[in-house]
Order: sequence, then structure tokens, then C-alpha cells
Amino acid sequence: MDPKPAYAPVPIIAPGHTFGSVTEQVAAIVLTRRHPYSWFFGLAVGFMLAMVLLMSITWLLLKGTGIWGVNIPVGWGFAIINFVWWIGIGHAGTLISAILLLFKQDWRTSINRFAEAMTLFAVACAGIFPLIHTGRPWLAAYWLFPYPNTMNIWPQFRSPLIWDVFAVSTYLTVSLMFWYVGLVPDLATLRDRAKTLRVKRLYGMLALGWRGSARHWERYESAYLLLAGLSTPLVLSVHTVVSFDFSVGIIPGWHATIFPPYFVAGAVYAGFAMVLTLAIPLRVLYGLEDFLTLRHLENMAKVMLVTGLIVFYGYVMEAFYGWYSANQYESFMILNRMTGPYAPFYWTLILCNGLTPQLLWIKRIRTTPATLFLIAMVVNVGMWLERFVIVVTSLHRDFLPSSWGMYWPTRWDIMTFVGTIGLFITLFFLFIRVLPMISIFEMRTLVPEAKVRGGKAH
Amino acid sequence: MYWRSLGELADTPQFREYLHREFPEQASEWNDPKGRRQFLKLMSASLALAGVGACTKQPPEQIVPYVKQPEDLVPGRPLFFASAIPFSGVAQPVLVESHMGRPTKIEGNPEHPASLGATDAITQAAILDLYDPDRAKTVTHGGEVAPWGGFLAQMQSLVSRYKAQQGNGVRFLTGPITSPALAELMATILAENPRARWHQYDPVASPGAGVVGQHATPNPVYHFDKAAIVLSLDADFLCGPGTVRYQKDFASARRVTDERKDMNRLYMVESTPSLTGSKADHRLSMRAADVEAFAREIAGHVGAGPGGAAAQPTTSAPRTGNPDFSTWIGAVAKDLQAHRGRSLVVAGHYQPAAVHALAQAMNQALGNVGTTVAYGASIDASSGRAGTLNDLASAMDAGQVELLVISGVNPVYSAPVDLKFAERLAKVATVVYHGMYVDETAYLSHWNIADTHPLETWGDARAHDGTVSIVQPLIAPLYEGRSVYELLGAFTSHPDRRGHDIVKDYWTRAFAGGGGWTLRTASGQPFKDADTFWRRALHDGFMAGTSLADGGPATPFAPAPKGPAAAVAGPAAATGVAGAATMASAGPAVQPAPENTLAVPNAPAGTSTPAPQAGASTAPAPAAQATSPGAGGGLEIIFRPDPTVWDGRFANNGWLQELPKPLTKVTWDPTAWISPQLAKERGLSDGDLVDLKYRGHTMQLPVFRVPGHPVQSVTVFLGYGRRMSGRVGTAAKDAEAFNAYLLRTSDAPWFGDGLEISKSGGRYLLATTQEHHMMEGRRPVRVATLEEYKADSRIIDEQGERPPKTLTLYPEHPYDGNKWGMAIDLTTCTGCSACTIACVAENNIPVVGKDQVAAGREMHWIRVDHYFAGNDFDTAVEAYHQPVPCMQCENAPCELVCPVAATAHSSEGLNDMVYNRCVGTRYCSNNCPYKVRRFNFLLYQDWTTTSLEPMRNPDVTVRSRGVMEKCTYCVQRINQGRIDAKRDDRAIRDGEVVTACQAVCPSDAIVFGNLNDPESQVAKIKKQERNYGLLEELNTRPRTTYLAALRNPNPELEPAAGHSTTEH
Repeated sequence: MDPKPAYAPVPIIAPGHTFGSVTEQVAAIVLTRRHPYSWFFGLAVGFMLAMVLLMSITWLLLKGTGIWGVNIPVGWGFAIINFVWWIGIGHAGTLISAILLLFKQDWRTSINRFAEAMTLFAVACAGIFPLIHTGRPWLAAYWLFPYPNTMNIWPQFRSPLIWDVFAVSTYLTVSLMFWYVGLVPDLATLRDRAKTLRVKRLYGMLALGWRGSARHWERYESAYLLLAGLSTPLVLSVHTVVSFDFSVGIIPGWHATIFPPYFVAGAVYAGFAMVLTLAIPLRVLYGLEDFLTLRHLENMAKVMLVTGLIVFYGYVMEAFYGWYSANQYESFMILNRMTGPYAPFYWTLILCNGLTPQLLWIKRIRTTPATLFLIAMVVNVGMWLERFVIVVTSLHRDFLPSSWGMYWPTRWDIMTFVGTIGLFITLFFLFIRVLPMISIFEMRTLVPEAKVRGGKAH
Repeated sequence: MYWRSLGELADTPQFREYLHREFPEQASEWNDPKGRRQFLKLMSASLALAGVGACTKQPPEQIVPYVKQPEDLVPGRPLFFASAIPFSGVAQPVLVESHMGRPTKIEGNPEHPASLGATDAITQAAILDLYDPDRAKTVTHGGEVAPWGGFLAQMQSLVSRYKAQQGNGVRFLTGPITSPALAELMATILAENPRARWHQYDPVASPGAGVVGQHATPNPVYHFDKAAIVLSLDADFLCGPGTVRYQKDFASARRVTDERKDMNRLYMVESTPSLTGSKADHRLSMRAADVEAFAREIAGHVGAGPGGAAAQPTTSAPRTGNPDFSTWIGAVAKDLQAHRGRSLVVAGHYQPAAVHALAQAMNQALGNVGTTVAYGASIDASSGRAGTLNDLASAMDAGQVELLVISGVNPVYSAPVDLKFAERLAKVATVVYHGMYVDETAYLSHWNIADTHPLETWGDARAHDGTVSIVQPLIAPLYEGRSVYELLGAFTSHPDRRGHDIVKDYWTRAFAGGGGWTLRTASGQPFKDADTFWRRALHDGFMAGTSLADGGPATPFAPAPKGPAAAVAGPAAATGVAGAATMASAGPAVQPAPENTLAVPNAPAGTSTPAPQAGASTAPAPAAQATSPGAGGGLEIIFRPDPTVWDGRFANNGWLQELPKPLTKVTWDPTAWISPQLAKERGLSDGDLVDLKYRGHTMQLPVFRVPGHPVQSVTVFLGYGRRMSGRVGTAAKDAEAFNAYLLRTSDAPWFGDGLEISKSGGRYLLATTQEHHMMEGRRPVRVATLEEYKADSRIIDEQGERPPKTLTLYPEHPYDGNKWGMAIDLTTCTGCSACTIACVAENNIPVVGKDQVAAGREMHWIRVDHYFAGNDFDTAVEAYHQPVPCMQCENAPCELVCPVAATAHSSEGLNDMVYNRCVGTRYCSNNCPYKVRRFNFLLYQDWTTTSLEPMRNPDVTVRSRGVMEKCTYCVQRINQGRIDAKRDDRAIRDGEVVTACQAVCPSDAIVFGNLNDPESQVAKIKKQERNYGLLEELNTRPRTTYLAALRNPNPELEPAAGHSTTEH
């Protein structure tokens, strides 16, 4: 991309595209183009790591959670940290598709498809952890869902973990529907362009008989808008409920009213960092610079900067309340984070999440994909550390000095975590192979042809 | 292979032959060429005789149930039987809970004066030893299974052979024997074989077993309940076998109630910090070798010595390092003298005889004898009669030992290193070993006879005060074991008598007047007949009026009367003096047990021992060590038995291995204790491996810093580095060098100079259950001095915050019926950890192993937290113990976060765990501010070892993996009480439901009951103003509350020295 002169807004689609060229370029990735070797390589790596996940889970089910580093006092470890991390990542997709849609932010069009896919895969990865973190998932499934039974036993509705079950499963369902509904017109396009009968039939089935009639479009539009309206509160609710897992507890470092907004901001922050992490290599590998322009990258960087500042405010407030509360447990907690055995984690977290994003104030950094990618990676790490600091440093030294302990992950903890990254990569690589990673029909609304007919300008 | 090196150590021709021979020498090799015919003959004979084995009828051996005598056995209801578990010969009186014939739990015997219902941790763990799958199971000869009959036959032939030479070459080695029946057996053997010798060895002879008696000071029995001022000269009198009663008495003198706002005062002068020291109001730390000089000085001050002026000036550390040392001595002496007849000076078990003599002299001078202490005869029959291990070792070396019978000790492992016992054992033609395990000694012995567990054995033993206690079996021997009675019987003219007959026969004769016993009912009336007497003794578990204080004799040592071993009253003449006279010609160093000899009020200054007996048994006279080569410049080494595995005999007991050791909370491993100052000096931190060099011997240990340890001393603990124990006790490769016996020499068994330590560079993983011993500015333990509390009893309340009850969104629970609660008195709790083991036994709590403890996953439902006062670990002195079970909060944080309601509030206020419902989110544990919840991270419970199955309490669910668990207030016992109450249509009575921890507590620090009943003991105790809830400020409203720890410092010392004085 050649840089545009300053002050002129970078367009969200490169000039010179027509309906045909957009369709051709995106659909070809799925249907005709040879995939780059890096795709095979990436899939292979992802698949291998996914097998590591399978092995770790198998071993876990055979032996129990004792294969991890969890103990008393630190009853939650990597499983919950990873759960919250993945759920947070899963936030960007819905935010981009739903909230930005409602706010009529056109630039979302080129990223919403794969951001939504990312959300789904992240939520899938996240969903693994609450299931396996008890070591006996078959029981969790049996007891956690409320259903009338002869013994008249219900779940404990006061427990945030029960709220979690509903929040996460609702989020997954709505995100899946939203994503699929948005895919339907593109699936029809793929059906129409497919060369072989088998592929045609496959996409035909998935396209649900989409013919592109005006009535279809009308229904599509209202359904999509309704789903967007439905997802919007979910963006806020899921991570709010996840934050309740901690803030309802009485442990210093958990028991804080700031948690819901702080967690939601953190989730959006992490989500955008992950979208950038995926988008920057993708646009290069598949030559999508025309659709994923610097304008997109810059906008996402701005969102990251804002949410990053909110998160940093959260850190500052935690420290402030440690002092201001005059509560010896609270003040010890923050002091322990800063100077205790896990202090390196805390300060790395501050560096990753608090200081590094400040570079995004600089436009040159925001508009340079390489630096942006680096910052996004740093934020990914930082957000993971944030959950580590919240879960582990709060629990490991709580009220009674006699029960203080330490937590260190075992190889199984690490393998499970890396395994979910593998699963995520695998799913994502499969996704870009079989589905259009950019919404074809929505991109078409952005080309000049669409405007001639009186379509909305950006 | 690890055990091969032991054999190589004793590289003897026999051993080499043993190794290389295909069959051991006694096995008859079948070299018959006509194999088929022979085979068929044998087969037909075997078939014909196969049924005959079933024809033997077990002779009836009556045991009598205690307390509750049901008309019939009610399945599901346990029966309780009184018995005793001997520990180093001393009876630990117990009641054993038996479920359908399976002993499952040990309680103290409430009527026995040595128990009063409590036991110590080690006795609690005995139940696991019974079911230990690694026990020796049968008789073996040269490694081959052999019949008991074969053993008897060979022993009889040997006996008749040696009889020709009057038993010359025959030696017996046992632990201390207080059992009158066993003493008689031994006396009989020695009378029949006048040149045979008996040796006694116990690496850690227990204080009650009359060890003290060997040092010419008679055996003291203390009455701490009558002592207002106690001065302990390195005596850890609250810990170890036979100290349960002492703990009870000490606690009763220390307990503060609303009515009695007074408590005793303990001055502690000690080397290795101990639990007793942690209860002290003033503690002075010094090298073990300096205690004698200190004792002499203070004896001078109380008028029981050569006088202060004559006291030898010493170079002891307390002098140099502590400017107010003389203030200390002056104040203590003054305090002691102000309480004449109500004070007590206790000499440490591991201190030389001179210190014991000085203590006795001080007690004499202070008029304490007869009130707070009684000096009596020794209850150990070996005292003054048996030879030492040194004698045996030199005899073996000289080839004078041809037949050696070892029972109840494991000398190959535990003998002092300079005796080279293993090497010398190889020179003995026939070694018979009788023990519970196939251990180091068993490996080098020819005959191995499996010992029976006390719960499978008929026997008798005397408690620390001399009360004769009956050991009755709860179950037939699980394996083909034989008791020590039956073993020794094999060397008499009636070789195959059963243990029951030996014991009953002895006591039937004693009833008829033998042995100088006076056997009366508890009320002093004579029994109707021998049978009534015997049934009463079995029922009670002891014989009333046989204690030394009640006129019981020193354990008689006289051969059984000649003639058939029927229960006929033997000629009473053949006892007592006559017996001793017989032995005088036979035994190596025979001397009647000293009776009330108060011959040494003035201990000679200097180093000579007051009249040490040449033949003093057990660990060689500690007095000798004063003359030990001081090697100069080195550190002092102090040997102590390990607090949990003791001298190594309990190494295979997982419960004891996993029991956190007092003060350090280290499990599974020994440590070398050093002071933080020495650690700083040498650049050592906890877990650093050091090489210890002492008198040319070396060993290795990880160090652990213990505040209050004398700076120039290092304490090492016996009992680890076992080469052959069992799957639990056998040391791992990297822990084989942790064997303190490798340094211990026979002339200085308890301490000596000249130790060198050097960092070996490595580190060793120590599994501790508590890593932080400071209170970090918090107040988990609230403390006040007695004076402060008396002046203003609100002082305890002011140390915390109690939020108003309205600060919760949830409605109050009604609690209409019972409302269970518990109070734990931190003033009397000594941190002995008996509650932890009692809970493990009662509640089927699994052993998780060292790696899991290191990972922070121990399963104990009640833990004993340990804190030092102050903020500086290095100089901490005051220590507090706080047992922490579940608090059973009324506003329980655990309950509302469990997503599946697996932990729920019961109508009586318990936080019930519903195991079936638990999915294992561990949220409840995270949210528990007390961290009392325990999670089965792995499958900790042993589901496969069949021998452990009958051990489990059938009333308590055995948990599987993935389930959270915690203290239930022994809900199974509550339910039992409820059933009983319902049957009788009444309310549950106060004291009817006793939790396992409460029952076992020797200090009666734990009280449980119904808070809705204002008359209940617990409700009354909780009314005290020193009652507080742990972390009350969180508004959890804990049901388990604590009575603040009160201290009673001497006002003369307290302002000057802060709380206590230390060496540095």
C-alpha cells in the first residue's frame, strides 16, 4: 500500500474495485486459488497442538485435576485464567458485528466476518475450560443445568458459576446464529461459483435456498438487525458475569466493584488485539490489502488505545483502593502483587497492558502494520498476565498467613493452554479455507457501483 | 539394589554363601532320582491329610467389651474394648472401637489414670500399623517360609544344647520391658540358663520406662496439676510416650476460667526448641551441654546445691551472650522459693544424670517431693539387670554370642555407629529376629518371626505411673505373627504356650499372692475370685491400685515357679528378693531397682556421674559425654527422636510421616535444625543440604531454620534414612544419607561437641504444610498476659472487629433444635497434633504423599497452625499453636458460591458437604477465608490395597477423586447421638457427642456441644471474654471460636526483657 497524503481519510476499500472484482477476489480464496504453503504449515502446526490438547484432556480425565498445579489455597489456575482470556478475546467479534453495525460504522464490513469467526473459536476454546476444570466434566454437565427432577434439587442460583453457564452458553448461541445468518448470502455466492457438483451441493445446503430475491434481502436485513440488537447487551453481560466469578468472592483482589467495567474493557481490548494479530498477517498472505486497509488497522488501534486506558485506570484504582480502604488485607494484597513472589508478573503486566499501548498515540505506529502487530501481541500476553495476576496472586496469600502457598503450572497446564491455541489455529485455518473470510456481499456495498444506485455512502 | 549394600557391609562367609546358594542351607534339597514315584507318594499323602488341618479347634480366649455391654452385637454399632498399646514398654491405655470385629479407631481410656480419655498422636496412628500391608507376615528361615513348629523344634534343640553349657552363648536383646508377665518369662529363661545374658536397648528410651532410674535417681512421676511454678531443664515433658497425663495435668493448671483467673507459670531452659518450650512463659535457650551448669547455678540459688558461690564458672553461652542471665536465675529462684511445695523442677530426658540429680535435689529442697513429684521405683524390669548394647556388641565381636534373639528393636539400623553392629552380627551363628517388619535387622537374621501388633496380642504392660494395663487383642492375628510372649516362651520348658495363657497364668498366680502384687477393686475391696478379678481387669483395661504411688511394686523379676504352668498359685516365695538373688549370680550387672534413694542431694560439681551403674542399660549413660572429646571449635550436635516417626520404628506409617512436625511443619523428611543466626553466618537457607561431620562419621541433611535454637548447636533427628522398611518408610535414593544414627556414638547419645557442617551444594525439596510462621501484622491468635486480662478482660475483644449482624443480605438461619459449636483454648493447646491424626483415623482421610504435600494438597481436616509473635522471624521466641478445623460459619462464604449446592447449611448449623453432589469447581475453597477445605485432586484414597479396607470407619464416606471435603464436626457421631436420643425420646445430652479431635485432646483444649443449651460446657466456655472468632471482621460468624492465648510472665522479668529472654 502506498501511503496516502495526510488529512485525506484512507478509504476502507482500495479504489478500482467493482462487484465482480470483489466477489472474484474473496471467493477465489475458497474456490480456486492455490493456498499458500504457509496455510499448510499453519494448519499442520495448529493441528499438532490440537492433538496435544486432546492428549492433555485425556490424561486429565484419567487422572484428575491433580496433574495441574492447582492446590489449596490456589484452587483455580491455568484453566480459569485461560477461560477468561479466551472469553475476553471472543468479545471483539460481537462488538464489531453488532455494536459497530448499530452505529453504522462501515469499516467494520471487511473485518466482521473473520472477527466473528474468531469469536466463535475463542468461545469454543474458552468453553473447554469450565467443562474440564473440574476433572469430571460428565458430572458438571449433569448437575449444572437446572431441570426439574424428583429430588427437587436445583443448582445454587446465588453462585456466579451458574450465571456463567447461562451467560457463556447464550453468548455462544447468539454469536453462532449471528455469524451464520450473515454467512448465508455469501454461501449462496459460493454455491453459484463452485466448479464441482459436490462443492455446489455442500454450499447449496448451507445456503438454505438463498436466491437473493428482494424478499430474502428484506428478511435478512431485519433478522440481522434483530440479532445485532440481541447481541449488543451480551457483549457487556458476558464479561460482567465472568467478572462476578471473582468479585462475588470475598478474597482481597477479587472482591471489587470495579470488576465488571474493567473486565468488559479488558475483553474488548484483548479482542481487538487478537483481531489485529490475525488480520495483519492475513491481508499480506492473501493479498487483501485492498479490503483490509490501513484505515481498518488504525481504527482498531484506536479502540485498543481507549480500552487499554480504561484497563490501566482499573489497575491504578486497584492500587488506590488498596491504600484508600485502609483495610489491611486489601493493602497487603496490592503490596504483595507489587513486591511479592509474583511481582515480575505484575510488572510485566503493567508494561504490556499499561505502558506499551501508549505508543498508539503516535500515528506512525498506528499505521505501520509491523509495529501494530507487535503491540497487539504484547497486549495478548498482557491480558493473559492480567488474569494470571488476578487469579493467582489474590488466592495465594489471602487472610491467614498459615495457609499461604504458591502456584506454579505443570507441564499439563502449559500443554492444555498451548493445545487450545492449537485448536484455535486449526479452526481458523479451516475457516479461511472453506468460507469467505471477508463478507463478499457487504464489501460489494462499499464499491462505487453500489453508490451509483443510491446506496449509502460511507 | 539398595539393600545389597547392607549385606556387603557385613561381608561374611555365611552371607556370601547365602547369596550364592540356590537354596538356603536349611532347605532340604530334593535330589531323589525317582522323582515321579516320590511325587505321587507325596501327593496322595497331602490329599489324605488335606482335611486334617481344619480339625484343630481354636481355644476360647475371652475378651470383655468395655462400658457398653450390649445384649447382642448390633450391626452398625461399634463396641469398645479396653486395651493398651505399649510404646517403648510403657503402656498407652486405650479404648479401641471395633466395628463387627474390626478395630477401626483408638480412643483413650477415660478411667485409666495415665490416659483419662486422651492419647497422643503416635498411639492414634497405631491402627494404621495394624493394617499395614508391608508388615512381616510369617516365620521365615533363611528367606524361606518356615512353619512355627519348625522354629520351635529348632529352638528347643538349640536350647537343650546350650543348656549343657548353662546357656553360655545365648543372648537376648529386647526393648524396655515393663510387662510383669514378660519379665517373669525372661527371669525364667535366665534362671534355667544361668550363663545366658539379657541385653536391653532402646534408641530413645522413654522417660517413663525407668531410664532415669538407671542414673541412680529414682523414677519421678510428676503432678503438674499441683504445680504453680514449673522449671524445666531441657525437658520436653508435653511430648513423647507416657506424657498424656502430664499434658492433662499441665493444662488443668493452666486453664483460665471466669471463676479461676489464674494459671501456672513455666520457665523453660532448653536447647532444641520444643512444644513444651513454646508453651513457656519464659524461655531461655542454651546449648544442651550448658544446661547442667545452669542447673547447678540455680540449685545453688534455691539452696539445693553447693551454693551459688561454689558453682563452677562456666564458659556457657548464656553467660556470655545474655547480660540479664543472672536476673533471670535470680527471678526464677525467687519464684520457685515463693511457691514451696507448689513448684516443680523437671529434668530433661536427654540430659545427663547430674541434671536429674540436681532437679531431684531442688525438688527436695523446695519441698515438692510428695506433692508435685513422687520418686519411685523403676517400672522397667530391665533397669539395672539387663546388659547394654555395648556389652552385646563387644561380646559378639569376641565371638561369645552363638544364639542371639532380638525382639522389638532394630539394632542394625538404630545401634550407635561405633558399635558396628551389622558387621558384628555376622559373627553370630544363629540370629532370631522378631519384629513387625522385614527391616534392616531382619535382613541379616537367620530366623525372622513376624511380630503381632498390640491389637492382635495378649499382654500386659505398665503405664508411666506404674498402673498395670492389660493388652487384649481386638482381632485374631491378621498374619502368622507371634507375640513376644510366645517368642520368649519358645525358650522355656513350655515352648508352645499361647500368649493368652502366659499372661492370664501370671496374673492368676499374682492374684493368689505372687510377685508382691496387691490386687483390689477400685474401691479397695478384695475380689471374689480370680475370674472376677480377671474379667474386671479386662473390662477396665487396667488393675486399680497397681501404680507406684498406690504401693505397686517395682516390676518383679523372678522366674516362674516350677511345675506345670497351670493357673495354680505358685509359691509366693519365689519372687522379689529371692528372684533378684538368683539373678545376682547370673545377670551381668544386677542390682535391685533403687527404691526411693535420695542419696545425691548435692550433685558433685564437675563431670563425674553420681554412682553410675556399670550395667546401666539402654542408651549408654549420657553422663559420660561431659568427658567426651570436645574436639574444640566445632558446633554442638544434639540428637532427638523425630517427633512423628520417633526412632524410626514408625517410618512405614503414612499418617505419621504426613503429620507436620511441630514448629517447622515439615512432613516426610528429617531436617537439621539450626538457628537463623547460624544460617546467616553460613549462608544457608531452608532446604539446603549440608554435610555433617562428627567424630569421623558423616551424614547429610537438609537444614531448616528454627528461631530460638541455640546458635552454636545443630539438632538432628533420628528415624530417617531407613534402608529397609516398607513402601512408605524406605528412604528414597536421595534421602538415604539422612540417617542420624550414622553420627551417633554410644558414649554421647544425646549431644556432643565437635560437629562440623558444610554446605554440600545441593538443595532438597521439603514438603511443608505451612510456609509462613509470622502473623504479618494480623491477629489470627489473640494474646494477652494474665495480668492484662485480669485488669481489663476486654483486651481480647479490642484486638479485632465484630461487625453487626445486620451486615448481610441473607436472612438469619433459625436453628430451632441443636446448634453445634466448638471452642478451642489456645492457652492450653500445646500443638501436639494428636487431633490431626485422630481426625485422619476417624474420617478415613487419605495419605497423599510427599509430592502432593509439597504441591499444597495435604488432606488434613484439622491442621495445627503455628505462629511466632512479633515481626522478626530470626529473633522470634513466643510461639502459638492454633488448631484450625472448619469454622462452620453461619454466613458461610463457601455455601453461596457452590454452583451445585454441594455444600449446604444444615438446620443445626453445619456446613454439610454433599459428596455425591460435588462436581469439583473448588470455588468454595477459594472463597473460604480459613482455607480449611481439602480437595481430592487425584485419587488419593487407596482403593486397591485390601489390607487397608477393614481399617476404614464404616460410618464415614470414603471419598473419591474430584470431590471437595472438610471437617464435618464428626457428623457421624452427631447422628449416632441423635439416634440414641431419639430412641430414648430425649434431647441429646451435653457431652454425649464428642468429636474425634475433642476426644483425643490431652489438654482438653477442644470443647464441642450445643450452643442452644446455655448449660452446655461449650456455651459456658464461649461466654468467657477471651472468646473470639477467627477473622470475625469478615462477618462469617464462625461457629468454631477460640479462647485467646494467655501467658503468665513473671513481672520481674517481663518489663526488663520484653516477653522472654533469649540467648542472643
